[in-house]
Order: sequence, then structure tokens, then C-alpha cells
Amino acid sequence: MLKAVLAAAAVAAGLIEPLRAVAGEWNKAAFDAREIGLALKAADVANATASADLIIRAPEIAENGAQVPIEVVSKIPGTQILYLFVDKNPQPFVGSFEFLEGAEPFISTRIKMGETSNVRVVARAGSKVYVALREVKVTIGGCAA
Amino acid sequence: MAEPIRMRIKLEGDVADVRVLIGHPMETGLRKDPKTGELVPLHFIKTVVATLNGKPVMEAQWSQAVARNPYIQFRVKGAKAGDEIAISWVDNRGESNGAKSKVPPAS
Repeated sequence: MLKAVLAAAAVAAGLIEPLRAVAGEWNKAAFDAREIGLALKAADVANATASADLIIRAPEIAENGAQVPIEVVSKIPGTQILYLFVDKNPQPFVGSFEFLEGAEPFISTRIKMGETSNVRVVARAGSKVYVALREVKVTIGGCAA
Repeated sequence: MAEPIRMRIKLEGDVADVRVLIGHPMETGLRKDPKTGELVPLHFIKTVVATLNGKPVMEAQWSQAVARNPYIQFRVKGAKAGDEIAISWVDNRGESNGAKSKVPPAS
């Protein structure tokens, strides 16, 4: 309770920016979803159109499922948000990255994968959503690591 | 005290390429402590904000599936030497940390 108060105070003091803009509050419903279809729906990105302009770079085989490097770049004009899912993770929604004021729609990070699965990226550009998939084989799962 | 944050910024033309390594256990709640056999509780960064001269440029929402000691690389257009890039995070316990660094001249 005290920590929440301090965090709120830090936000109020301008030390830590609150979340704003399109993505809104931390999407608990999407993060809690235990099936990819439900996660996509809760993140409001279901029924996306496949796009070759949404590029995922990931290893073909990830030796360590606890540290899988993923790089995403969107060549789709007006991309505002990139959403990252691992279809077969116990909770498929990994995170979203919103780009404001001149940040490029590009992200490179490392994620946990429980087993061989599609890594799924959705790009939101206004009211339109686009999707790309890439299978990553996982030898040692990373969810309990 | 929160674990350290390391930032590396490179200016390429007017794009600041920013690489950040954030110290954080990012526990899924599914890992057993090898000493006690107990499950280590869920403990992960939920929100991350990056700013350029105080204005938000990137905002992220994360789950516990982002890897331990998270690494992120992002790129900000319209940056110049001397600009300040800051990054801050808040986790599921309400703990937080931040760091800032100036954009160096293009090398």
C-alpha cells in the first residue's frame, strides 16, 4: 500500500511518467488471458490482416527459452503500437510497445517462451491492425526458469 | 534499492539508437527457489516509459514473459547531441526505478 502511494507520488512529481495515449491502462484482461484467441480479443487486435511489411527477426531455434531475442520492425506507415504474443505460452500476451513523437516502430528485446511456438506480432496503425508470425523452436522452456 | 539500469545511446544522423539493460528478476511465479523448494512469487515490471527531453517517446506494457534483466533497444528520430533520454519502470509491487543519459555526438 505504501509503495503504491510512493509510486503515485513519484508520478505526480513528474519523476515517472504515467501511461497515456492509445494503449491506455495496463491491460490486465489481455495479460491474464490463457489462450491466444482470448488474448488477441482482450488486446483489441483480433482479426488482423497478414502483412509482409511487419518483420520479425528471431532465432530458428532458441537454446534457452528464458532469453529468446526478438526484433520487430514495422514498415507499415503510421504504426503506433506493436503487440507481442507467444501463442503457446501459458499467458500468450507478452507486451505492447507504443511509439509516440518520432520513435521508430522498432523494438528489440528478449522474451520467455515455454515451448516451440509461433511468435506473433500485431501492428496497430490507427484503426487498422496487421499481423505477422514466426515460429521459434525451443529446446529448453523458459517459463519456470 | 532497485537494481541498476545501463543505457547506451548512439546517434546515427538524427536517430538516437538506445539500448537499455534493466536489472530486474522478472519472476514468473512458476520458478522454485532451489534452496527452499518454494515458488518464488510473481515479481515483474509492468510499465516502462522512455522520454526525449522529458516528452514520452515510447511506452511499454509488459508481462512476466519479458526475460530476466530485460534488454530493450529502441530508436528515436529527431534527436541531437545533448538531448536527454530517460527511461523509467514500475513493477507489480509498485517499485520503480529510472535512469537518464545524454545523447552523445555522432561518432
